Amino acid sequence: MSKKTILVQQDLLATNKQAAAAIRQELRGRGILCVNLLSSPGSGKTTLLEALADRFKGRCRMAVIEGDIETELDAERIRARGVPAWQITTGGACHLEARMIGKVLGAIPSAIDFLFIENVGNLVCPASYDLGEDIRCVLLSSPEGDDKPAKYPQAFLSADCLVLTKTDLLPHLPFDPARAAAEALSIKPGLRVFAVSALRGDGVSDLAAYFIEALERLRSARA
Amino acid sequence: MHELSLIASVFDILEEKAREQGATRITKVVLKVGVMSGAVPDLLGSAFETYKKGTLAEGARLETVIVPVRLRCPDCGGATVREEADFSCAACGSQRVEIVEGRELVVERIELET
Repeated sequence: MSKKTILVQQDLLATNKQAAAAIRQELRGRGILCVNLLSSPGSGKTTLLEALADRFKGRCRMAVIEGDIETELDAERIRARGVPAWQITTGGACHLEARMIGKVLGAIPSAIDFLFIENVGNLVCPASYDLGEDIRCVLLSSPEGDDKPAKYPQAFLSADCLVLTKTDLLPHLPFDPARAAAEALSIKPGLRVFAVSALRGDGVSDLAAYFIEALERLRSARA
Repeated sequence: MHELSLIASVFDILEEKAREQGATRITKVVLKVGVMSGAVPDLLGSAFETYKKGTLAEGARLETVIVPVRLRCPDCGGATVREEADFSCAACGSQRVEIVEGRELVVERIELET
């Protein structure tokens, strides 16, 4: 018997990163902008997608991959808006991984502009998993409190844009959008910040315009 | 709580290395865990204890090396080490810092018997 020490230096997320890179390359090749929506449960991801579906109707085509622990409920809500949707039920897993997206990718029609992935509601674990998205979008709803960026820095650190949701509730809550934005920006300078009430439609067009600009950049880089 | 799936990746790596080396036993695993990696070292430890049963690493000890956040400032060239989520340069206060270390989740080395 002999003892040995082996220097390994292997990234635990390497397999996920490789799968994500393949997804990113394929979607970019098809001219599709991919957005990963990440937030706590109940901060309004599905409602925001419904509002975007209404906003894009007749202008842009979108598809949605829904991630939940159980049920088809969210995919059904999206389909009711006339948008194709695929539900991934993780059966307990607290986040989506790139290989799960890879499995449904073949079913996604090429004739779309945007693929939105609604991650499992969780502000912690999904932050560690690249899904091959071009834009990572973190939602923070006003009832959750403006201290969340400081408490869950990884999610904000990994994000490209922050959407403050449920702004219609602001008159009833101590939530300070300026404080939430400032804290998020201290973690991630350059983060784009939007304030939205998906129920009323406030701010949805600005967010939609941001996605359209990113899509145009992606397509001109490809051309 | 994604630590169990991270530990599953550790065991994929361990299996591969054990096969390459013709190991009969793995006695120690050293993980580098960045403070901004999103993984909790204690939970990695308990997931490792659960997962190792019935594997070549059944008797192995997990050592986690916590990696603080290291920042490099492009404005003043300063280097900053942080134990928490403060992403500003300690020297000039700039927030345009680059994160050099502190987000990693890496199997650094393993000790085994052949």
